[in-house]
This record gives sequence, structure tokens and C-alpha cells, in this order.
Amino acid sequence: MADAYIFDAVRTPRGKGKKNGSLHEITALSLLTQQLEALRDRNDLDTSKVDDVIMGCVSPVAGQGADIARAASIHANYNEKAAGVTINRFCASGLEAVNMGAAKVMSGMSDMVVCGGIESMSRVPMGSDGGAMVADPNFAYEHYVVPQGVSADLIATRHGFTRDDCDAYAVESQKRAAKSWEEGRFKKSIVPVKDQLGVTILDHDEHMRPGTDMQSLGSLNPAFIQQGLMMPGFDYVALQKYPELEKINHVHHAGNSSGIVDGAGAVLIGSKEMGEALGLKARARIKAFGEIGSEPTIMLTGPEYIATKVLKKAGMEVNDIDLYELNEAFASVVLRFMQAHNIDHGKINVNGGAIAMGHPLGATGAMILGTMVDELERSDKETSLITLCVGGGMGAATIIERV
Amino acid sequence: MEHFTLDIDVDGIALVTFDSPGRSMNVLSDAVVTELGELVAKITEDEAVKGVVVTSGKSAFCAGADLEEMGGHFAGVQKLMKTDPEAAKKQLFEKVFTLNAAFRALETCGKPVAAAINGLALGGGFELGLACHARFVASDNPKLKLGLPEALVGLLPGAGGTQRLPRILGLMNAAPILIQGKQLTAKDAVSQGVATAAVPQVELVDTAKQWVKDNPKAKAPWDAPKFRYPGGAPYTAQGLPMFAGSSAMVRKESFGNYPAMGNILKSVYEGALVPMDAALRIESRYFCDLLLRPESANMVRSLFLSKQAIEKGAARPAGQEPGDIKKVGVIGAGFMGAGVAYVSARAGIEVVLVDRDQEGADKGKQFTIDEQTKRVKRGKTTQEKADAIINRIEATADYAKLKDVDLIVEAVFENSELKAKITKMTEEIIGDTAVFGSNTSTIPISDLAKASKRPENFIGVHFFSPVHKMMLVEIIKGEKTSDYAISRALDYVIKLRKVPIVVEDTRGFYANRCVMRYIQEGYNMLSEGVKPALIENGAKMAGMPVGPLSLQDEVAIDLAYKVMTQTKADLGDAYPENKGDPIIEAMYGAERYGRKNGKGFYVYNGREKHLWEELGQFAVDGLQEPQPDVSEIKDRVLYAQAIEAARTMAEGIIHDPREADLGSIFGWGFAPFTGGAISFIDMVGTAAFVKRADELSKAYGVQFEVPSQLRDMAETGELYYQKFNPAAKSTYTKSALNKMLEKDVVKIANAMGISATVDDLKKDTVEKILAKQA
Repeated sequence: MADAYIFDAVRTPRGKGKKNGSLHEITALSLLTQQLEALRDRNDLDTSKVDDVIMGCVSPVAGQGADIARAASIHANYNEKAAGVTINRFCASGLEAVNMGAAKVMSGMSDMVVCGGIESMSRVPMGSDGGAMVADPNFAYEHYVVPQGVSADLIATRHGFTRDDCDAYAVESQKRAAKSWEEGRFKKSIVPVKDQLGVTILDHDEHMRPGTDMQSLGSLNPAFIQQGLMMPGFDYVALQKYPELEKINHVHHAGNSSGIVDGAGAVLIGSKEMGEALGLKARARIKAFGEIGSEPTIMLTGPEYIATKVLKKAGMEVNDIDLYELNEAFASVVLRFMQAHNIDHGKINVNGGAIAMGHPLGATGAMILGTMVDELERSDKETSLITLCVGGGMGAATIIERV
Repeated sequence: MEHFTLDIDVDGIALVTFDSPGRSMNVLSDAVVTELGELVAKITEDEAVKGVVVTSGKSAFCAGADLEEMGGHFAGVQKLMKTDPEAAKKQLFEKVFTLNAAFRALETCGKPVAAAINGLALGGGFELGLACHARFVASDNPKLKLGLPEALVGLLPGAGGTQRLPRILGLMNAAPILIQGKQLTAKDAVSQGVATAAVPQVELVDTAKQWVKDNPKAKAPWDAPKFRYPGGAPYTAQGLPMFAGSSAMVRKESFGNYPAMGNILKSVYEGALVPMDAALRIESRYFCDLLLRPESANMVRSLFLSKQAIEKGAARPAGQEPGDIKKVGVIGAGFMGAGVAYVSARAGIEVVLVDRDQEGADKGKQFTIDEQTKRVKRGKTTQEKADAIINRIEATADYAKLKDVDLIVEAVFENSELKAKITKMTEEIIGDTAVFGSNTSTIPISDLAKASKRPENFIGVHFFSPVHKMMLVEIIKGEKTSDYAISRALDYVIKLRKVPIVVEDTRGFYANRCVMRYIQEGYNMLSEGVKPALIENGAKMAGMPVGPLSLQDEVAIDLAYKVMTQTKADLGDAYPENKGDPIIEAMYGAERYGRKNGKGFYVYNGREKHLWEELGQFAVDGLQEPQPDVSEIKDRVLYAQAIEAARTMAEGIIHDPREADLGSIFGWGFAPFTGGAISFIDMVGTAAFVKRADELSKAYGVQFEVPSQLRDMAETGELYYQKFNPAAKSTYTKSALNKMLEKDVVKIANAMGISATVDDLKKDTVEKILAKQA
């Protein structure tokens, strides 16, 4: 089996996913196209050698519908032979795109692929694609469907994390993100977004709140009490799955959950031979990857199980990994992962995460993979495991090592 | 035509009047549906007909489907299901879809159709109205209600209700009517847009006719191309959160135990995505799906058919005729007595409410005044009606006022001597035919009857607390209680519109005996190290209204302590130790009495409550790790109760499985989706039930040992409703038979093995039935 190598990774800065966010004025097509252009231009890439463009997108409708990957590939003036496919594994879509691309390369059926993701959350709000999973009672009623915020609070309740634990985690995320930006740790990957005139409209992650402390978070109201306890009462659904709990403690709020943002990212992946032929320098090797399903009501504990599975695949132990990167969907997700695998906070999410910088759903997996490529090089470390919790109880992970 | 009359006026408006002969209420029987289909075809084809108005010839519009007849269809299909399930389902669908097809044909007949709803329209009756292009309701008939009660008996509105109503109201406004059985008054119907207008009955048909004339091109809004689903269809920005939320809202209430609730949601959702014709087929499929589930059959049987039979006096001893209760004496004006006085007065019965002194009696009457004042304030009744009820109660300390009562309900403290004294005092005054009923919950009736000089007229009339909310009344037979006394007690309870069950005299009678098992199983699990939240949630998931610990808090733990110490004293060495005893002792010692003093198994804080954090101390060997699966908890609570109910059947305490079932549902809220404690055993199957009970007994103790009667039944798989077939042992009075339709009388005769047809004289058939019964 061939090896799959990462040659480069780029991402947009993340714009606030609201009407006043800087990237709200930029189309999803443009966001993604600019990343594909950057990836090509900085690598002097012969795009006729690109077999496929695989892009994750969680709400692939409206401006990011109808296979945005193919549209962006053509729009970026890639050689028309470079195909395009849009995929959806919810929040891990961007990482799933990388894994699928790696699988194509490892199988020998592709030589060079561009993988990544796109989500313009300000333009295409979560839920825009509907879905039987939420609306069809054949599914939702029978399978104890609750929204992720309630699941995150359920994790906190079940595994004993208090509001203070979650807030303290969030404060640290903000601190690390601020420091990383100060030190220019993201500069290798960031490709500023240009407006319709070609003028830079955003060059930094604008969701961050560097001054965040326990006191400022303390003033925020829990975000999921209303839908949990009042209308429509999702807590009662979750408790029918976890009847040993008397009630759910609502500890999450806007400040210790991931931010809603716009963004896109792209990663160049290929075989050793094609890399050499195109004169590209391999930065990391994809050592193992995988995905898993777990209990769908608590939903967000998948990383725990996929980490075990993928480490086993790679023949590694928890401690063999130098840096962990787990998407900060909610503070309790990371706290539970650290608890389950006894991982020191110093080894995980070292540059901050989505609580500070935001989580552009379909793109995040590719973005944090790129962050780890940069960080392994910066800190001169060898291995990293990147993972995300996923709706429907899934988890996805990738292990990379420097070459 | 038998059920409808057709009257075409000079303008070509056909007035269709629904008026089934020989019945007080129009129902949608098979015959009616067939005739309706023919009628619609005729209206459609007849060019002279320019429009249609549908009304009823009775004071009510239509009460819906004929559930008794539908029960017959279950049986036939169930048989075929065993050999050819696909054919069975197709056959059932064809049958069920007939009604939807008839209504849809009316809706699309090409002519304007208006309903003139003059009175009560429930289920299929309301759905007939919904299939018309406009609905006019009588503004001056207080009995007019529009509603879809199907979900309450485990069914769904299967004649377009799950499609047309949400297409008028939107999902959120339709849900309470579809799922909780909420009924609309004429005023509600107009304000919500379900009815076009409300007009006085005398103008109803003319108004509907005028509308038909004014709207020659009328058709249903959902048949117009620009129709938009109100509140948003599932995949719209507005509709998505509604549909997503509805699953959670319904699961919160149903715990997934009531297939009808889930199927209603599914039918609404799937139907909302397609045009009406396809939507109706989808609805009929979900309806059929329910008919094939045991929950629906059991709920229809217990909550509709059995309830109706029991409320009509199915338990009345042979040879006793129904009579009226005009005046009762209630002795003891405490909490129970006050409640009994209230419900009696509300039912139109004159009440003499007696207490030790005038002040006590007045205090008891005050309960009725307070309750009625509340209702007036909330606009639920008028001051005039409230006054009439209040004035029916005479509060007094004078026993002489009891001289002309038909029945006594004694509700003084649980003290045998006191009760004996009152019995004697009262019997000095009341007439010879008056029946003396005691509302004791703990003392055997035969013991109390020893104080009576006419024990044949002495009986137990056991109400549950709070009296005005609890539907069940146990009628307890003492050793010497006569059939006459039973019959009179039934007259009384029936008049109160409560559910009477006749129970033999035993400690705890029926309901309290079974519910004790429920509470004890809660203690057992607590003692064995099951987490308190899992006990409480598991019990609710099993279908119980409240968890056992919560129920004990309501009943009060100091009371449990007193009962326990009294029983210990009574039984001496024969007292069986319970795992709950040390828990009760500790709770009592810590002055944790329950809700009454704000601390028990729960900590009470205003309207909030949460489990006491220190309940873990009662786990003798610590909390179990891992905790048992919730299915184990559910089985334990349901089996413990059902086995106790089976024991009462085996011991002959209860004679009729219908009474055991209704007693369990209305007495202590036993999982209504099962149809009751005995139906639950039948639903599981006696063989499978005994097998599971044996496992539970081995794992957890003697409370799960089944009586030998049930074990014998399990040998052959015989069910309670086969062994104690209520239909086979019903007895009919002459007057009841004479009131029935001839074809029903023939059916009864045939079921008894009498050869009779509708061609025979009805009088002769009735005589044959009476002779056979005797």
C-alpha cells in the first residue's frame, strides 16, 4: 500500500458567522475558490495532476449546494480533469475529506488530491438542509434525538464537569489562541480573504475574545435550558436514554461552546512519487485514520472511541502521540476526552481551538489538521492525533507524523 | 337508505341528514360508511344537485366510529396475520381506507359542500365536518364540542383528521387536539378558524345553504395549487423546528409507550409532504398499524368498551334492577367526607353532610363552595349552577336529618369503635331500604358490619383521594352484604360518573393491596443499591404516573410507619420483614415524612423538588456498579403489581378481569397503555409472563411468585380474557334488552347459543335470552 503525504495546508481566517461578520459579504464559492487558488499558486501546482477535489460541507444547499467542490475547482481555473465531490460527515467533514483523499492515494487509485471543507454559516445557517434525522418522527421520536447542546450538557452531568470546569477550559482556549496569533503560529496556513475588488477583507480570526476570564464568562446564561426544560423539553428525551440521572446540569453557553463562523480550508495530499514528480516537499505522512459510531443521544463522545480504534490501527499507545487536537465543539467534549484517556491538558489543543476561534462546520477538520502540521514543525514534535466529535454519535480521527 | 335522508330543495341544494334509526347517537358503522359512499356517488352524478349541506337529525352531530364493531375487525385480521400477514394487512387497509375514500369523494365531488354541525362531533364525526368545504357550528348548543379523542384509546384519527386538521391549524395548534384529545367549543372553533361561523341552531342549515349558493366553485384549500401548510411544512425554515420539537414533546409525555402518539406524529409529518390523496393513504396505513398492535386493542377494550360496560353497571348482580339515588348522607366532614359530599352534589344528589358539630360540618361544605367559586372565576361554570350545587348540601350536626336518605357514606376516622357507634346511631334513623356504606380503607367490612343490625345492607364504598379527581370507587362486599346493597351502591357510583368495581372483603381490598407492591418494589431496589433516580425514572418509563418513592412521599412516610408498626403488632411472629422496613424507620426517625413537611425521599422547595442526596445510605451493600438496565427496573415494577392483581383474581377477591384492569388504571394509574394490570399479563402472554416472573422471583424474591391459577393457565397459554370471558357471562335485564336494537339482541342471543334471526319477533328473542340466563 502506498503512503499518503501532506504537502501543504491553507485556510481562511474565520469570520464571525453573523450578518456583521467580515466574511458574510463573501460567497461560499469565493471563499473556497480563493483557497484552491492559493494552494495551487504557492505550490506552483500542475492541476492537471489533481485527480479529485474532495470538500466537506455540512449544509450543502443554496450557495454551497450542488457540489460546491466541483464548482470551486472549475472557478479556480483548475484543469478541468480535476473532478470534485462534496461530502458530509457533519462536523468531521473536513477531516473526512482528508481521510477519503488519503485512502484514494494509499489505494493507488489517485496520485494527487485536494481535500478540505467550506462552511458559510452566516449565509447558510445550521439546519438549512433539513434532514429526516431531526424532522421525521420515524427517526427523531424513535431514536431519542436531542440537539448537541443538550448532549454536551449531558456529558458534563454524566461525567462530573461543573460550570467552572467548563469555563476554566474556555478561558485557557482563549489564552492559547491569543498567544498563538501573537507569536504568528498560524501564519504559514492563513490565506487572507479578498473581497470582490481583490482587496483583503479579513486576515485574522475575528471571533476571538482574548481578554476572557472566569468573571466575564460567569455572567453568561446557560444556552440550552430553554430547549432542554421548556420548549420542547429535550432534557426529558435524553433522560429516557440515561434514566440513572435525575436531571441535566446546563453548563454550556456561548462562551464555552464553539463559535459560529465562516471559513474554508484546503489540504494538498498525494503519493510520494507524484510529489517528487511535481517537485513538492512532503511535510507529514498520514499514518492512520478512521471513523466510528457510538451512542447517538449523548452524541459527542465519539472521539474517545475513535482514538482507541485508530491508535490500535497505527500500533500506538495514547502516550505515543505528542500532540492531540480535538475540535472544541463544547468544553465538556474535550474535558471528557482528556478524562477518558488521561491526557494532560498541555498536550491537547495547544494553540487554542474552536471555543476561541470558531468552528466553520464543514471546514474545521481540514483546518485543525493544518494547524497540527504547522505546530509539529514549529515545536519540533513528531506525531499528532486529530479528532472531532460528530453528530449522530460519530467520531473521526487521523494520525499524522512529520517526515 | 337507512341512515341518511336526502332532500333536494328548489335551488338544487341537497340536504343530507345523518339519522341512524333506533340509536340515540349517530356512529360511523360499516353500514353507514357503505351508505355514505353510495350517497356521495349519487350526489356527484346528479346534475340537478348544485351543492350539499350535511347535518344530523339527532341532538348530537356524530360520535365517531363504532368501536365495538371495529373490535370485531381486529379479531378477524389477527387470525389471518398468523398465516399470511401481507394479505391480512392488505385486507385491513382496504377496510380502513373505505371511510377515508368516502370522505375524500365527498370533498372532491365537484360541488360545494358545507357541514351544519348542530351538536357534538367527535372522531369520525368531526372528520366528516373537516372533509366539507365549510363548517357552520351551532352557537346555542352548550353540548357542542369538536374533538378527536382517538389517541385516548390508543388509536389515531383515521378519517383524515391527521391530515386536514393540521392543514387548517398547523402542527402546533393541531397537536393538542390530535394527541391529547383537547376538544373545541363552537367559540374556539370559530376563533381558531376550524369553523366558518357559529349561528343559532334554527339558522344553521339555512346559513350553510346560503354559503353553498354563494360559493359554487368551492374546494378544499389544500386542493388549490398555491396552498401553503400553516405554520410551515416540515422542510421550511418555519416548520422545521416545529416538527423537530414535536417528537421531543410527545416523547416527554408518552415515554414511547403509546404507539398512537408516535403514529399520529408520523402520519402528520409524512402526509404534510405529499398531496391529500397520498396523505390519506399514509394515514390509513398508520391507522392499520395501530390496529395490529396489542396496546391499541387493550386500550380500546379497557378504556372504552369495558369502561362503558362497567359504568353501565356490568357488575350488577342478576335480578337487581337499576334504580336512582336521590339523597345521601355523608358522615364525617373531613377531607374525604367533604370530597364525597362535593362529588355527590355535583352529580345532582341531595346531600346531608354530618359532623360532630356544626362548625365541622360547615368546614366540610366549604370545600364545595371553594371548588365551585374557583370554577366560576375561571369561567368554567355559572354562579347559578354553582349555587345549585352548593345548595344541595345541608351541613348539620343533627343525625335526625338523615331520616330519608337512600344511602350513607360514613367517612370518619379509621377507628372501629367510633365507626360502630356511628353505625348504631345512624341505623336508628335511616329507613329500612337505605344502604349503609363505609369509606374505610383498612378495616374489613365484615368486622364493621358486626355493629349493624342489618348487615345485609352494610357495604364498603371506598373512594380514593382526592375524591373529586380519582375516578375509581371500590364497592366492598362483606360476608352478609346483599345483592340489593351492591346494586344500590352501583346506582350511586354510576350516578357520580365514576368507575365502580365490586371487590370481596380483604386486607387492603384490591387497589391498595396492589399499589403497596409498587411502593415496596421501590424500597427493595433502593435497598439493593439501585440509584434512586433510576428507580423513579424507570418506573415512569414503565408507564406509572409517578415513581414509587415520590408516591410514598405523597402518601406520607409517617403514615407508612404507623401502618407498619400496627401491622407488626397485629401479626406478631407472622409478620414478614420487608426490605423497606428499616428505610421507613430511618426516614420516620429523621422526621422525613414526605411532601407534607417538605422533606422525604425528595427535598421540596416550592414547586420544585429533587431527590434527597443521602438516599445512598439505604443501599445495604452500596450502589450497584454497573447499574441494572432500565428494562429490568420496568419489569420489576410492572410485574410486582400485575402479580398481586393476579393473586386477587386467583383468590376470588376480584371476579372480572375488566374490573381488575379498570381498578388498576383508575385506582393507581397502572400503565394505561397496557389496558391494565391483568391485560398486561395477557399482552405479554401467560406463558412468557410466568417465565419472566420466575426469573424475577429467583433474582429478587417471593414478591414475584405467581399464583398457581396463573401457572396453570401458562401451561396451555390460556389468557385471562379467555378464562374469564366477560362477554360470555354478561347478564341482561329485560328493560336493557328492550331498549336495544333488534339486530343487537339477535347477536346476544346467537352468542348464547340461541337460534334467532331478525325475522323472529324481538319480544320472543328477549324472552329466550331471559329464560337462558335464568
